[in-house]
Amino acid sequence: MTPNADRSPSPTDVGFALNRRQFVAGAAAIVGGGAILAACGSDAAESVDTTLAAADTTPVETTPAETTPAETTVAAAETTVAAAAAADLGEVSFGSNYSDEKPKNAIAAAVAATGLKVKINTVDHNGYQENFNTYIQQPDDVVSWFAGYRMRAFATKGVVGDVSDVWNNLPDLSAGFKSAATGLDGKQYFVPLYFYPWAIHYRKSLFEEKGYTIPTDWAGLLALCEKMKADGITPFAAANDGGWPQMGMFDMINLRTNGYDFHVSLMGGKESWTDPKVAKVFENWSTITGYYQPDANGRTWQDAATALGKKEVGMYLLGTFVTSNFDPAKDPEAQGIIDDIDFFAFPAIDPAHGQDAVEAPIDGFMMAKSPKNEAGAKALLAGLGGADAINGYLKIDPSVVAANSKADTSGYNALQKKSAELVGAAKYIAQFLDRDTDPDFASKVVGPAIKDFLSGKAPADILKTVEEQKATYTFE
Amino acid sequence: MSSSEPAASSGLPRGRRSRLQQLTFSDRVWLKFAIGIPVAVHVTFVWIPALLTAVLSFMKWDNLRPPSSAESVGFRNYWQIFTIFDPKLFPALFNNLVLIFFLGFCSAIGMLFAYMLDKNIRGGRIYQSVFYMPVVLSVAVVGFIWKAVMFHPQQGLLNLVIPGKGIDFIGDQTPIFQVHIPFLDSPLGVTKNFAALLIAMAWRHIGYVMVLYLAGLKAVDPTLKEAAAIDGANEVKSFRHVVFPTLRPINVVVAVITVIEALRAYDIVAALNEPRGTEVMGTLVVGSLTGEGGGRVGLGSAYGMVLFILCIGFIIYYVINNFRQAD
Amino acid sequence: MSSTTVVTGRKPGVTRLSRGVLQTFLTLMAVAWLIPIVSAVYASFRYFEGDSLENGVFSRPKKLTLDNYREAWRVGSMGRHFLNTMFILVPSLILILFFASIVAFACTRFSGRFNVFWLVLFTAGNLMPQQVVFQPVFQIFKRVPWPNLLSDTDTGYLLGTKVSVIIVHVAFQTGFCTFVLSNYMKTLPKELTEAALVDGASVNRQFFGIILPLCRPALAALGTLEFTWLYNDFFWGAVLLQQGREHPITSSIAQLNGQYAVDYNLIAAASTVIAIPTVVVYFLLQKHFVGGLTLGASKG
Repeated sequence: MTPNADRSPSPTDVGFALNRRQFVAGAAAIVGGGAILAACGSDAAESVDTTLAAADTTPVETTPAETTPAETTVAAAETTVAAAAAADLGEVSFGSNYSDEKPKNAIAAAVAATGLKVKINTVDHNGYQENFNTYIQQPDDVVSWFAGYRMRAFATKGVVGDVSDVWNNLPDLSAGFKSAATGLDGKQYFVPLYFYPWAIHYRKSLFEEKGYTIPTDWAGLLALCEKMKADGITPFAAANDGGWPQMGMFDMINLRTNGYDFHVSLMGGKESWTDPKVAKVFENWSTITGYYQPDANGRTWQDAATALGKKEVGMYLLGTFVTSNFDPAKDPEAQGIIDDIDFFAFPAIDPAHGQDAVEAPIDGFMMAKSPKNEAGAKALLAGLGGADAINGYLKIDPSVVAANSKADTSGYNALQKKSAELVGAAKYIAQFLDRDTDPDFASKVVGPAIKDFLSGKAPADILKTVEEQKATYTFE
Repeated sequence: MSSSEPAASSGLPRGRRSRLQQLTFSDRVWLKFAIGIPVAVHVTFVWIPALLTAVLSFMKWDNLRPPSSAESVGFRNYWQIFTIFDPKLFPALFNNLVLIFFLGFCSAIGMLFAYMLDKNIRGGRIYQSVFYMPVVLSVAVVGFIWKAVMFHPQQGLLNLVIPGKGIDFIGDQTPIFQVHIPFLDSPLGVTKNFAALLIAMAWRHIGYVMVLYLAGLKAVDPTLKEAAAIDGANEVKSFRHVVFPTLRPINVVVAVITVIEALRAYDIVAALNEPRGTEVMGTLVVGSLTGEGGGRVGLGSAYGMVLFILCIGFIIYYVINNFRQAD
Repeated sequence: MSSTTVVTGRKPGVTRLSRGVLQTFLTLMAVAWLIPIVSAVYASFRYFEGDSLENGVFSRPKKLTLDNYREAWRVGSMGRHFLNTMFILVPSLILILFFASIVAFACTRFSGRFNVFWLVLFTAGNLMPQQVVFQPVFQIFKRVPWPNLLSDTDTGYLLGTKVSVIIVHVAFQTGFCTFVLSNYMKTLPKELTEAALVDGASVNRQFFGIILPLCRPALAALGTLEFTWLYNDFFWGAVLLQQGREHPITSSIAQLNGQYAVDYNLIAAASTVIAIPTVVVYFLLQKHFVGGLTLGASKG
């Protein structure tokens, strides 16, 4: 049970642009307590309840963490939605990996918005994912999970339930989300809640000060890197602790070099890793690793984010959760940094593909194969896919971008709006390497291969090994 | 089922007297229960699963579908770990080998500490507690201490002490030395981050071994040591000729514990996040058997069997040695 | 006697000198040993952002605080997880020591070929790498029905109950304790029980009345060791318990790790709290600790 497993975080794990303390600080400022909080960050935690109460953001009776920490039974009789019908359905159990404090309260609010009686089982998100294989053999009625291959693998093995009929009641989820929720047999097994995109982050003030411009193609990116290097700035922040952060770089270069279709096919095990097209990806990659922070393999994404905050590095390819590394309640400069961070889409490499694909992992829910309370489980899923649920969620944790098109977006900050635009404008949405392929293959074969690549091993040897090991996977 | 038994067995023949020197019927029943219940629990949850693991190592099974879906694949799992996953297996085995030697060295230091503490020096118990403290700490805590407090590239204590650019102790996979074995794809060697890991392991292992030796030294007849001192034998001589030979049984215990600990090392490596270059057999096994998408039970079991076979030789040597001596 | 005085008269200077060297060496080593722990504890009293993040973990603190402890306790739900650990640990510990002493007693006092075989099996089983057997154990628990009355979950099966974790601990740890206890019991004079046997005391009486009380030091030592091991287990608790609120204390760190991956001060506080019980138990039973460990088959 490694504390930090080799996998990418999900929107569940990491916030978007704000974090708990910032939100608290913001909310507190509204009720007039900002000065105190700024002076003494330690009180922030305790004031969560009061500020929430003061702002009246949630109808949920959130149980204090000390008494029933991981389990919150939400009985939401007063909620506006569907309360009458819900009472008949009995209690639904819900396995949640929303274990951090703010997401935990937020998901409780989302659940409450469905008007159902739900027993929430919260497991710390690392352990949840790590043990999902065993957990799904004795699951709660509804379980948190991810879209893409990761969901499909469990659907194929018949351990999760078909929720196609739930989708009849989900008109506000676009076709893109539906296809991400569909198994190989054409049925739906997943209901999305929200997503975040991956993009290249930078400090606006640094770009202004030095006169850098946003590159849209490969040559532009390389030129920018050279310029930064000349200015004494490390062009690319590079982290790979946990083995997943650099998978994003592989994905983007592959998507730009070979296009979405090839990427998906490669992830599905249908292409050879010794194909010259893959070699080309590593060739392109090699041209920018020279601009990386050294020793990427041992650096956490947070440490790399801190370097971005200090303007020691110019650019950082990561999910938009990068801003959650900065906490205004503890660091007075953090708010300035958050406001100063912007992102741009990964530059085009092959004009044939342009910037047509974006990477945006989606989080949501699946249903157990034989839930104790099937009617209740389906009602809960339908509710969670609705606008009310995500609105309830956003009120407490405004750091995500809703999947539901009718969700209230008035609270979005600039980055969230931009994220929604970026994903909305993209022709193709990839999930992330470890969500688009066999997770075991991702973490045990591709992850180590990328680590080897970063520590200087020749790509040809690496790819030969990957192909050889790939043959032992069935990709069903 | 286990929890209800002690009451039953202890309640059996209470207070009953028999004039016979031989065991009475109730005594025999008592003994049968006394051994039978623990043995049943042990066999059911240790040895039968071990046997099943051996069976699984010849199967293909994803652990999600019912076990009946498992199909026999003969030696394919073994073939795969030795040929296709050889870049994982052999470096891991090599790391285990390095661990055996390194922890053996640490055991010697532990013995030295124990020998010194056995001399009734002032504050002996305090030293003993200090050296033993890391053994008491949870591996999760030990992992945190070394990863974040000692080895952190920016804020780690070692980096504050060592001048210059921050050293990434846990991320640095540069090999310290490498051996090219002709028929292996990748060279074997010790990486810098594995060496860093060894320091954390030594920190724990020395205290552990020290306590075992202290226990052993307490059993050494004090008159022997005094006699040696009276003879005017110097420290080294008295240790070599008087103390060390009497420690033979404990040496066997420590030697086997050291080897076994080195072979099944898992938790510290995992707690430090299995940095590349530091995989050992234990992490390979767990990685394949559990974890998301750990649908490769056959492969994981095959790794497990390799580890088991390596361990079992030492285990057998140990128990035979111990019990033959006892008889 | 006279020779002793000669020796001590000849060598006191040397001895004092070597003792001084020894003391200095041990002190230096002890300091080296303590540095990582002290540093972690020190970090736990400091603020992260606005202090040690900017100034480094070992800079002079702007202000010492207990807030990290408060927050770690609250966010990690440590109170609840402590109780979980105790519910697993106490029954396991009692069962392990009870089973082990009973088997050791039966095997050493009424020895036969058969008994030695079981001792060998026990010891070997304990040394086995535990994770290897995870899948079969998991599948067994998944299939054994267990009344919900006897657990705090409603799964209907052993899997997911604390009982399952207790069973695994007992199955594995009894071996080691049996080994140590049988070695200890061998050092007790045979006459003790033989006399009792002549008196006509039952086996049960011999065990509870004579042997068990004499084993107190060994039981204390084993109790210390097993307490540490069971308390620090973070494999079985995490893989067998499906409900987050059931998880043992060691998972609190995982909880905090995800949330505050870089707030080292907070995790340091949690680590310190987690470490306290085992340290306290060690110090309480320390007196018996070394004396009770009879590992080698030393014939007294």
